[in-house]
Amino acid sequence: MKDEVIKSEGTGSPGSAFSLQPSALSLHPSLLKWLLIGAVALYVGVLILAPLGALVAGAFADGPGAIVRALAEPDVLSAFWRTLLISVVVVVVHAVCGTAVAWVLVRQNFHGRRLLNGLIDLPFAVSPVVAGYMLILLFGRRGLLAPLTDAIGVKVAFALPGMILATLFVTMPFIVRELMPILHAFGVEQEQAAATIGASGWQTFWLVTFPALRWGFIYGLTLTFARALGEFGAVIVISGGIQGRTETATLYIFRALDDRQYVGSYSAALVLGLISLLLVLGTDLLRRKDQ
Amino acid sequence: MKSDATLHPSSFRLHPAVSVRALALTYLAVLLIIPLSVIFVDGLRGGLGGLVRAVTQPVAMHALWLSLWTAAVMAAINAVMGTLTAYVLVRYEFPGKPLLNALVDLPFAIPTLVTGVMLVVLYGPQRALGAWLDQTLGLKIIFAPPGIILALLFITFPFVTRAVQPVLQDLDREQEEAAATIGAGSWTIFRRVVLPAIALPLTTGALLSFARAIGEFGAIVVVAGNIPLRSQTAAVYVFGEIESENQRAASAMSIVMLAIAFALVVLVDYLQRKKDEG
Repeated sequence: MKDEVIKSEGTGSPGSAFSLQPSALSLHPSLLKWLLIGAVALYVGVLILAPLGALVAGAFADGPGAIVRALAEPDVLSAFWRTLLISVVVVVVHAVCGTAVAWVLVRQNFHGRRLLNGLIDLPFAVSPVVAGYMLILLFGRRGLLAPLTDAIGVKVAFALPGMILATLFVTMPFIVRELMPILHAFGVEQEQAAATIGASGWQTFWLVTFPALRWGFIYGLTLTFARALGEFGAVIVISGGIQGRTETATLYIFRALDDRQYVGSYSAALVLGLISLLLVLGTDLLRRKDQ
Repeated sequence: MKSDATLHPSSFRLHPAVSVRALALTYLAVLLIIPLSVIFVDGLRGGLGGLVRAVTQPVAMHALWLSLWTAAVMAAINAVMGTLTAYVLVRYEFPGKPLLNALVDLPFAIPTLVTGVMLVVLYGPQRALGAWLDQTLGLKIIFAPPGIILALLFITFPFVTRAVQPVLQDLDREQEEAAATIGAGSWTIFRRVVLPAIALPLTTGALLSFARAIGEFGAIVVVAGNIPLRSQTAAVYVFGEIESENQRAASAMSIVMLAIAFALVVLVDYLQRKKDEG
């Protein structure tokens, strides 16, 4: 409204040097508001909601009974269990090592710290296929470290350890990047205070630093877990996707789609998507409530 | 022991600190540095010439070019629509705003393979909408570039919006009001006042979405399939070459993709650093 009044004044005084030319496209503010909101709503509707709805409709095409039957197949169940196992291991490793990395990068000074800090983000930019391929070059049949793993009798490529390594690689930045800014903001005063009254390094960490990190820690691990559940490219390369042996939930979805077992593929995709979504949105909601 | 610690807290704290650093560095070396170096060693075994020869094969060139241009189109659309979404979320009140805000994060939480499946269910050639678009408009989405761009837009939707939103939130409204009082229209105000302020997050958000898109595999392999010289992107090409045990081609393309990713990460880091210093 105010805009309109000013504009009409502006055209009434053409001598005003400061008056910028009102654009010919200028619209009434509230019309502009609803036009922009409408454009965003349409975009989100077409881009995100329509595919989401289509997947739900596709999974339920043969009724809910068909979904349950498809997901109760032994192959499908074992694929979901394998995914869960990998994700839990990945979360535990990152909880320990990722926290250590964040702490070291923020609190300690050493040569190459800046370089490492830059490298942390790389797994987000590196293609998962390339990540899996790196592990093939290391542990595959003619891999660089294959003689070593053969000697100690551990199978890495085309087996669970390789799948865990691949998932560790692609999920590495989440916990580190979640914790680093919190550690920065928290500062060292309280830690130093704890040290002066005789707390050991571990006591300081557990009693002083960790409580401040709590939500970042939980949220970072949730993101790690959700990403691990959905990892596909790196895992398919390193695992070979052997049905019933190295097949994860995502690999099953891919194979079922290829085999035209549409209900199975869509149902598994829907379940996997829902689990990730509820995890991430649920944790985010809890965190916001707490703060 | 206890009195010792009180007297010399730093010497007591040295041990855990050093072992934590050793743990962190070992972890980074095993997980990041060794795998990354192996790929360079393998790809450069035939020299730089061998790498160039492998990547300039027609199939490889086509795949790389397809990845680059679809990612560029996606980044351009994402820059416009991401900024618009952030603007609407920050400046306007409307019913359903919390829902829209939550929907922005949704693509981060959904596995990209699932995104690909969603698009196939919606636009697949046997599905109602996909068949209609193909027959009446002649528009192929699945197994074609439009499907790749849609998948990339879905996956990277949060990048620009979430980068621009906080900056827009903190933006001082005084300048905009001043511009309005001297008669500037909404578009002029946006272009002259708002856009310069959000230029950096907008650019870094778009660059990171581009980097993410170059490497995307799960959504694209489902949506675009693996058709050489038609719908095969760089990541899918690498996958195909690994499957057929063509190590030289796989390593060469991997290095090119790593170089692009690395360059973009460094560029974004540089832009942010420059802003922080300036």
